[in-house]
Parts: sequence; C-alpha cells; structure tokens
Amino acid sequence: MPTLLQAATSQVGRKVLTGATGIFLVLFIIFHLGGNLAIFGEADAMNRYSLILHNFGPLLWIARIGLLVVFVIHAWIGISIWFRKRTARPQKYEVYSSKGGPSKQSLSSRSMAFTGVVLLIFVVFHINTFALGDTGTVMIDGQEATDIKSLVIETFQNPFYAFGYAFVMLLLGAHLGHGVWSAFISLGLSGKKASAILYTIGGIAAVVLAIGFLFIPIYIFFGGGCEAALISCE
Amino acid sequence: MSEMTINLKIWRQKSIDDQGGFQTYQLSEVSEHMSFLEMLDVLNEKLIKEDIDPVEFDYDCREGICGSCNMVVNGSAHGPKRLTAVCQLHMRTYNDGDTIVIEPPRAAAFPVIRDLVVDRSALDRIIEVGGYVSVKTGAAPEANLIPVEQEVSNTAFDYATCIGCGACVAACPNSSAALFTGAKVAHLNSLPQGYPERKRRTIAMVDQMAKEGFGDCSNYGECEAVCPVGISISSIAEMRKSYLKAVL
Repeated sequence: MPTLLQAATSQVGRKVLTGATGIFLVLFIIFHLGGNLAIFGEADAMNRYSLILHNFGPLLWIARIGLLVVFVIHAWIGISIWFRKRTARPQKYEVYSSKGGPSKQSLSSRSMAFTGVVLLIFVVFHINTFALGDTGTVMIDGQEATDIKSLVIETFQNPFYAFGYAFVMLLLGAHLGHGVWSAFISLGLSGKKASAILYTIGGIAAVVLAIGFLFIPIYIFFGGGCEAALISCE
Repeated sequence: MSEMTINLKIWRQKSIDDQGGFQTYQLSEVSEHMSFLEMLDVLNEKLIKEDIDPVEFDYDCREGICGSCNMVVNGSAHGPKRLTAVCQLHMRTYNDGDTIVIEPPRAAAFPVIRDLVVDRSALDRIIEVGGYVSVKTGAAPEANLIPVEQEVSNTAFDYATCIGCGACVAACPNSSAALFTGAKVAHLNSLPQGYPERKRRTIAMVDQMAKEGFGDCSNYGECEAVCPVGISISSIAEMRKSYLKAVL
C-alpha cells in the first residue's frame, strides 16, 4: 500500500488533487464575482461588503491561507505536468493533427499551461494592486472601513489596467472551458451522457464567469460607477 | 481502377542509437484498393530493387485486431479514419499527388528500434504487474458458476477490446498511457473474477505507468478519438475511482 503522500503524488493522485483544487478555486471565483458585483449596488455596498469580510478577523486569515495553499497546489501540479510532458516526448512530431470526434483538444485544452501561468502571474499583480494597495478610509455605521471602491474605480481609469484585466479574464474563460469538465473527469466521473452534459455546463460556466469579471473593468473605464466614488474620474 | 502517384515522407532510423531523419519517396501506380500497408509493401519492393533498405514497420494480422501496426500518419495515430487501424486504412482515402508523412509513435517510453518500429514492451510491463486474474491452474471452471450481469459483462467487454497498439500514447499530447491502463483496470476490476485483486492491481498498474516514463493524463480525450476499437475515456475515470477506493 502506498503512503498518503505517495498516493497523492501518483499520476492518479495528481489529477485528483488538480481536479479537487480546481473545483474549489471555481467556487471561490464565483464567490469573488459576487463581491465584485457589489459595484452595481448602492453607493457603499462594495465597501460594506469589504467591512463584513474584514470583521471576520482571524477567520479571514485562515481562509486566505487555505486559499493560497489550494492555489499553490493547483499551480504546482499543473506546471509539473507540463514539465513531465516534455520529458515524456523528447522528440516532437513533424506533423500533428487531432482526429476530432470525441477528442477534447481545443485552443482551451491545449493552452491550459499557458493560461494557467498567465493567471498565476495575474494573481500576484492583482493582490498587489487591490489587497495591498493604498486605500483611504470611509465610515460605515460608525466603523472605519477601507475605501476599496474608490481604489477599484481609480485603477480602472487606466486603460492598461482596464483592458489588461479584461484580456486576462478571457484567458480565465479559456482555462475554465476545459478545466471545469476535466476536474470532474479527474475525480472519476464516468459515462458518456454525464460527461457530455458536464462539458456543456463547464463551457457555459466559463463564458458566464469570464464575461462577469471582464465587464466590470470595461464598465468602469467607460465611466460607470464614478458618480458614487469619492475620487474624481477624468 | 484509378491509380495515383503518392509522395511519401517517411521517418528513417537505422537503430535505437541513430539520430534518424525524414526521407521522401515518390510512389506511382498506387491503386485505390490497396491497404495502407500494401502501399508500403509496394514501396519496399521498389526500394529493394533499387538496393535501398526497405522501410521497417510492425504488422501481424492486417485485419485490425492485433494492434501491431500503429504508426502516425499525417500527425494522426493509425491515420485519418476513426475506429480504423492503419492496416484497415485504404488508399482510396487519398488523392493523386497527396503527400503523406509517416512517423513512428513518439514517446520516451517507446524507443524507436528502426524506422517505424518502436519498442512497446513498456505496455507489457504494465500488464505484468496486475493486468491478469490469479487462478489455480487445472481444468477450466464451469463457466456458469459465477453469474455476471449482462450489463457488467458488456461494459467489461468494451474495455477488454483494447488491443494494446499504443495509439493512445502516440496521440496524447502528454504521451500518457492512461487509456491503455484504464482499459485494463476497468475491464478486470468490473468482473467478479478480477474483483478480489482490484486494489493491488490498480495501485501496481498506475505505479508502473509512471515508472515507464509515460506522461500525466490531461483529459484531452485524443486517445479515445484515435483508438481503433473506440475505448472510452470513461475507463480512465473508472481507474481513478478504483485508485481512490484502493488508497483511502
């Protein structure tokens, strides 16, 4: 019998971990998008949401560390699969073509490593911009809260940020296009019908999440949300 | 009977240590009724007459059931047709003047021995560690003694049709042998005869697959598309389920 570590690092274990962490990350970004949509709510909705999260105190930190661990495992295994792929086929084909039919080879599946690495780099910048960015404070119900909304609106006045973010969200959609379905297959979902249904659901989820995320920076860039912010929009 | 001229670009490699490279040949009077391997036979006759070493390729049954003839034709394992081994592919698939690129299956676990012939014993070694059912030798037991539901029997048979040609490895962008191993595991684990050894079998075969240097499965599904007998990637999911049940 293999130890738990041996099982986890076996070819099956790695896939199961990639799938499980992937599903967790998708649930997280759904939650994250929910928070982002507060920009369309009442003037102080986003800052109020931020305050609620911060009031969790130590629990918030446990969640953050847990999320980081999950993210690192997912990225680490993904990158190691890419490296192993290169050693498993040292000599490339002169010509390579997909046979179609049941094949799930697509721009989405073939670019998982690329889109994954871009998302990894993006997350580092993203945390630096917003979680660690300079924010003012506002008073909400007598409590001092960070003014994340103004930072968001100010950041997306810059076209590089606004369109850069939107572009990366297209890559997120591409990553999820194969990723959502693949995660469930990795966890042992079998059967043609279930697989076909899930592939469609995965595709829809990818499109909805990508549009949900990229709409916000574009909306702000073109003047949305400014009237409610404490900073002035050019 | 229409005849064609076909341009061939074929991987030539003298030995396992040779660097190898592509050679181009022009073959005229190719009948549309020839099988792909017959076309290579005609090429080899021509080469022998010209005092050139013939192109080595694996074959045995030439009727799509032995799995020997796996080669990569224009970038696709077993050629362009689905559910067709390359020996069952006919030249009528091609047009006069076409160029066909023929390569051996490429994987670190499948070293090229000569030209289009690769050493696929890595797959045999995966079988050796668990792709069997341990039984006492002697007279065959009464076949009706162990009841097997029709549905289970059908599914097991679908997985058992794997002919071990290695097209799944050849076509997988990661060079993974997950479809081959999955088919064996799913076949044997689903039957009452194979059930008692399921845990040991699954762990050993998954382990051996990695030791042989095959890549990880990324669920590309290309293996199912090129499989001449149409093994479903559900077998890979079944293998993962069996593995999880074995280790947890």
